[in-house]
Amino acid sequence: MKYVATFLVLFASYVLLAGLHVQELVVGSIVSLMLTVLIANMVDYKVDFKLPIRLLVFIFVYVPVFVYQLVLANLDVARRVLSPKIPLNPGFVKIKTDLKGDFAKLTLANSITLTPGTLSIDVDGDDMYIHTVDVKGKSPEENKKNISSLFEKILGVVFK
Amino acid sequence: MEIASNVFLIIGGLFYLLGGLGILRMPDTFNRIQAGTKATTLGAFALLIGVGFANPEWVLKVFLIILFITVSNPIGSSALAKATYLSGYRPENLVQDDLKELLGGEDNGTN
Repeated sequence: MKYVATFLVLFASYVLLAGLHVQELVVGSIVSLMLTVLIANMVDYKVDFKLPIRLLVFIFVYVPVFVYQLVLANLDVARRVLSPKIPLNPGFVKIKTDLKGDFAKLTLANSITLTPGTLSIDVDGDDMYIHTVDVKGKSPEENKKNISSLFEKILGVVFK
Repeated sequence: MEIASNVFLIIGGLFYLLGGLGILRMPDTFNRIQAGTKATTLGAFALLIGVGFANPEWVLKVFLIILFITVSNPIGSSALAKATYLSGYRPENLVQDDLKELLGGEDNGTN
């Protein structure tokens, strides 16, 4: 199951990128086969029947929210850069994440970096250390609500 | 098509300009990294979408590049920020420093 799904995805992306010729199909299947063995043995992930649903949530919920937040972040940067006196109240804060798994944490950290006023610096177990331009909350819970709760909710559905 | 492509290219250029200004104007390294990362990520998105509009047959490759930039750009800036912290540099106007418990110790807060 895992091998077949991985092979199909790799082969489909190869053909989509290279075009539909006989020699491309042959080379693509060989390359995909080799990569499938490598990836399935070295990377820890699960393939199940809920995967299409989770992918749909990822594409139609996560991606729009992410792009919206990225645009907001850039407007925020523009506002700070163009104002004569730059309003800053920076600090390093720690928040706890409920997400399990390396890839989920990586996606969350990247999302946090690209949302307004925050930059994730390090992850240690369940703790994430984040540089914020404007420290608002007093407790880790408050900071979590301000910084990551939105993405945690969505990613909690995508990565079980 | 031509017009949409040009609009996106100009938007991308503007965001890069903004990122450059941010790197010039922000007061400390961490804020510079922040401004740079956000502006260059969205700037690259806009530029690549502009390229996709100009050459519709490249759309798939453009989306692949966007995907790689989205994954690699924030990772790079996190690594930079962590290295900056480990080097002992601290902004002057910090209001809170939770990172000290994890990475601190080799520095006593001067500079």
